Amino acid sequence: MPQIFHHSTNALAKLTIYGAVFIIVALLWVAVELNRSSWNTGQWVERQQPVQFSHKHHVGDDGIDCRYCHTSVETSASAGMPSTTTCMNCHKQIWADSPYLEPVRASFRTGKPIEWLRVHDLPDYAYFNHSIHIKKGVGCSTCHGRIDNMPILYQAAPLQMEWCLECHRAPERFVRPRQEIFNMEWRPENKGQEQLAEGFRLKSEYKIQGRHVLESCSTCHR
Amino acid sequence: MSNNRHINFKLMRDHILSLQDGETARGGKKYWRSLEELADTPQFREFVAREFPQQAEEWHDPIERRTFLKLMGASLALAGLTGCVFQPPEKIVSNVKQPEEHVPWKALFFATAAPLFGAAVPVLVRSNEGRPTKIEGNPDHPNNRPTEFPAEDPVWAPRGSSATDIFTQASILGLYDPDRSQTLTYREDIRTWTAFVGDMRSALDEQRPKQGAGIRFLTESIISPTLGAQMKATLAALPQAKWHQYEPANRDNVRAGAVAAFGQPVNTTYRFDLAKRILSLDCDFLSPVFPGYLRYSRDFIAGRKITENNREMNRLYVVETTPSNTGAIGDHTWEVKPSEFEAIAKSIAAGVIPQSPTGTASVNLPWLAALVSDLTQHKGASIVVAGDNQPPIIHALAHAMNDALGNVGKTVFYTDPLETNSVDQRQSLQDLVNDLDAGRVELLVILGGNPVYNTPVDLKLDFERLKKAKLRVHLSEYKDETSELCHWHVPAAHYLESWGDTRSYDGTVTIMQPLIQPLYEGKTALELLAVFSEQYDRKPYDMVKSFWQTQPASGQQQAQSAGAGSNQSSQRAQAPAPAQPAPAPAPSPSPSQDFETSWRQALHDGFIENSAFPVKTVSLSANWSNQNQPTTKPTSGGFELVFRTDPSIYDGRFANNGWLQELPRPLTKVTWDNVAIISPKSALSLSGVRNDGAIKGREHYVSMIDLVNQQGQTVRAPLWIQPGQPDGVITIHLGYGRRLAGRVGSGTQDQPLGFDAYQIRTSYAPWFTGIQVVEAPAEHQLATTQLHFNLEDPNFSREERDIIRSQTLEQFLHGEKHDEKRKYDSLYNDPYDYRNQDENTPNYAWGMAIDLNNCIGCNACTIACQSENNIPVVGKTEVVRSREMHWIRVDTYFQGFDPNHPEGVNFMPVPCMHCENAPCEPVCPVHATVHSAEGLNDMVYNRCVGTKYCSNNCPYKVRRFNFFLYQDWNTPTYQLMRNPDVSVRSRGVMEKCNYCVQRIQSAKIQSELEDRKVRDGEIVTACQAVCPTEAIVFGDVNDPNSRVSKLKANERDYSLLGELNTRPRTTYLSQLKNPNPEVKT
Repeated sequence: MPQIFHHSTNALAKLTIYGAVFIIVALLWVAVELNRSSWNTGQWVERQQPVQFSHKHHVGDDGIDCRYCHTSVETSASAGMPSTTTCMNCHKQIWADSPYLEPVRASFRTGKPIEWLRVHDLPDYAYFNHSIHIKKGVGCSTCHGRIDNMPILYQAAPLQMEWCLECHRAPERFVRPRQEIFNMEWRPENKGQEQLAEGFRLKSEYKIQGRHVLESCSTCHR
Repeated sequence: MSNNRHINFKLMRDHILSLQDGETARGGKKYWRSLEELADTPQFREFVAREFPQQAEEWHDPIERRTFLKLMGASLALAGLTGCVFQPPEKIVSNVKQPEEHVPWKALFFATAAPLFGAAVPVLVRSNEGRPTKIEGNPDHPNNRPTEFPAEDPVWAPRGSSATDIFTQASILGLYDPDRSQTLTYREDIRTWTAFVGDMRSALDEQRPKQGAGIRFLTESIISPTLGAQMKATLAALPQAKWHQYEPANRDNVRAGAVAAFGQPVNTTYRFDLAKRILSLDCDFLSPVFPGYLRYSRDFIAGRKITENNREMNRLYVVETTPSNTGAIGDHTWEVKPSEFEAIAKSIAAGVIPQSPTGTASVNLPWLAALVSDLTQHKGASIVVAGDNQPPIIHALAHAMNDALGNVGKTVFYTDPLETNSVDQRQSLQDLVNDLDAGRVELLVILGGNPVYNTPVDLKLDFERLKKAKLRVHLSEYKDETSELCHWHVPAAHYLESWGDTRSYDGTVTIMQPLIQPLYEGKTALELLAVFSEQYDRKPYDMVKSFWQTQPASGQQQAQSAGAGSNQSSQRAQAPAPAQPAPAPAPSPSPSQDFETSWRQALHDGFIENSAFPVKTVSLSANWSNQNQPTTKPTSGGFELVFRTDPSIYDGRFANNGWLQELPRPLTKVTWDNVAIISPKSALSLSGVRNDGAIKGREHYVSMIDLVNQQGQTVRAPLWIQPGQPDGVITIHLGYGRRLAGRVGSGTQDQPLGFDAYQIRTSYAPWFTGIQVVEAPAEHQLATTQLHFNLEDPNFSREERDIIRSQTLEQFLHGEKHDEKRKYDSLYNDPYDYRNQDENTPNYAWGMAIDLNNCIGCNACTIACQSENNIPVVGKTEVVRSREMHWIRVDTYFQGFDPNHPEGVNFMPVPCMHCENAPCEPVCPVHATVHSAEGLNDMVYNRCVGTKYCSNNCPYKVRRFNFFLYQDWNTPTYQLMRNPDVSVRSRGVMEKCNYCVQRIQSAKIQSELEDRKVRDGEIVTACQAVCPTEAIVFGDVNDPNSRVSKLKANERDYSLLGELNTRPRTTYLSQLKNPNPEVKT
């Protein structure tokens, strides 16, 4: 009986076996990268809001402090969303007839709230608290990016757990002096000996707790 | 820290082998949880040996197996895809106008009161974004202000108690119950409120010429001052109309006893903290249905505190007709038949009262003399308290004994009754029934209650009677049995949706404020009654406010409060009773001057200052003993029957509350059912009754009996054999057998939920009667948790484990030590050092101490935990399979070797122990349960893949697995109810107590924001907050001055199963009893 397969097919078989290993590894890598990609995390995705609100204009051009609208950022878990009346504080005078602001005026008139689309959406089992991060010297732009340059708001960070842990494992890389918290232009990361040394100093000054505590599951999950 | 957390497996193997080799006989048992355990039957051994056997059994059943495989196949096919779902975009709905005080994601607390039945419980309700989510006691309320615990006792805290009871805790579920009635109906058609008002007004126009002669109002006991005044005003306008009051668990006996003793109804309040000797005559004052229970249990336990300097303890004698929590705590508890009770009470009185008019001692019991002499030696520092169920003569005896012992004005106080109009409710119902039968009723307005279901058989408000009233109106939260027979049904507003007012047990007034707009079209009784007045569209807020505006300013007339410490010396009191410093007399502005301020103050505080009833001086009438009340006579050859309200669903009004239905009853541990309780000895006399531990696999079956009363009415009841039940006495609980309670509480024709004890209850023998028992050829499956999560394993250990520790005070004072714990070699390496976690770190190490001496087994911790931690209800069939989800359970242990007369009963709350060497952690393949740096045994739901190894390896059996999707994810109202700070768990994950980590973290964050450490007592777990006796204390064990550290340093402190060297963070303090050495049993 003649051989069904030619000798040369051995090479093909070997290639297939080794290739399979490669393909599996490659597939895993693709899966992991897909998981980290903005396709999954929603990073960089601009969200169209019911009102064409520009952070770039309000923060960058007008220089309004974050806390004018996000009032509870220093006291509560949630930074808080401005009520319609907060918008109307200015816009009953400025741009009072602008068609862009009609949804705001409608809300004020009818008492029906504006429904914003959430841009930074953590999973419900992660209990993030704004106030403690502000207190410990984590600035707005560390997580939210250069809000003052965003005409339409998008999510600047992946918001995945490994990203959170970067800081929880080594807070000295990201902390900044408290008076710079709301400074959009502050450096995104402490690099180099000098900056890291300041990070360590702030970590100790602000009593940022040890890695074991910050890494414990129940610190963020309940 | 993870590298040194490995188990020493070689040592573990040697340990297991050595245990298996030693096949020595097990010694006798001293503590047991069930009769099966005491008898150590083979079924029991098998039951305990298997951790999760139910699935295995399903495999034997061919249909079950095929269904299982089919479902498994489908779920496997879908399993890979379920993880790949994008989160739907989330909306942020911002406010239009920022509400006052509201900070997003921060809870607000509002003071109100829970008027569920009888005296109200003052509460603070947590509101998350406008949704009431959790109920706590109001620590500022005078009822809850600190008791005089011995000052050096570490448990003593200057804050008030935030305790509540199971009913109050569970009422939050009642608010969001989707089965609540949602629309106003007329003959089942949906109508508007205006249509209802119109119909009532025209009916009223018809009645007005007759001065309302055809109108009858039927209510439950009314305590609300505004509603009472409104009712009186309505009756004044319609002089011929009548007002009837009826509740099945009324306090007629208490009232009649007071009338006999003093010639007038009174409200009795007690100072248990000042009483050295207490005699309970069938009075379960440590059960939440007793008015003032929270204060009394706290005060009572305060008198049982042993500290460095205080080596004295009060002593509780209990004579009772059926086992109760009070009997379990009692230092001496005697179970007697109801028919013998009066003679015994009179014999005690004969000793206590000089020349007692009730004659000399007629019974000769060995303990009587010792009891009498102990009481008479503590004149002015004792209390005799009689149970609501006992006939008036017993109450009169108790009043006379308190009088003879000089307790009145010292430990016992009298005030006006709480009810705005105290009546004999049996007579009131009788009058209504007479009028109905005679056709004199044209318009019947039933405000609350469910009389069609719960009236006694001889005065049953059935359709035959009710149809003689032309127009019937029913206001209630549910469309129940009574609504079915009424033309108009008006949905009632929940108390968390209503304006109103009420009184707590000593009369202190609370203005109730709503936490939320009515979810449905709920109306309050105030609104409905207003329809019958000229101002038929008044709002409850205006009614309550204007009522209090016309009242004289509080604090002027009623300067003395009764319950919380009066120093007004009554005639009998020779010296002023030691009392708390009286609150500084409130500045008394003229009523008109600043009513608004005081109104706002009262709303904010949750009470009106100094509004408790003043202490009244009443004198014992000469002929208090002359009563010809019929007493229970034993029927020849029959049993005696005791009726009690159900410990969980009361008279049936909480039947649709899943939390309460699934709460194991304190002594029987039965859930989702009521049973006929019988003693082991009496059960033997019933030939067909099986008495040998009726476990089939995981299921618990019991025989059934028919109970036939003297009129021939019958109910069929499952028989429950209960240690400590007096022989020849059967106890049944009211409240079950509901037909129209809702989807939780209603049974069906095929599967009734419990049996309706009202069917054999008569108005003239509401609490005790004779009964014939007929054995029924039927079996009933019960869901009892008595056998679940047993810490003893008779298959494994050679000797009894060290679970409960109980000593007499005498043994303790003589320094008698418990047997030294056997020390095994540790299976674990050196533990992580929690004293030094890192630089900059406050180094907290969380721990808990549970004082068994304080625990009265009230179960409040279980419900509070359920409410705080979003714990689901699983249903009866799942409880049968040992799958109840309670994170903290209360185990009941009986003591001694005699199943008929256990020597004692011990309650033991068991949450997660948070072992430093946690056996659950090394066995988890996915690190779903890991230790936190502060010593918490964290459970990571998202990592859990459901191997259940951790639960198998937990020696304390505190882990709970979501076998199915127990949590209701769909009902919108339940979504409103949940605590937003706690994850809602889905199917297939393990969960357990986490020391309320959400509260720990929020307190930690708050402390960091304020640049300080967490203060001791700042973190209060849900179980700790609710505990009326402060049995549970939580805190930082690294701080030597914290209360928990001091308790752990106490000589009574011990670790549960400490010999395993798991190093639990939750430790227990042993129980102390104070028996009278002179009592011979």
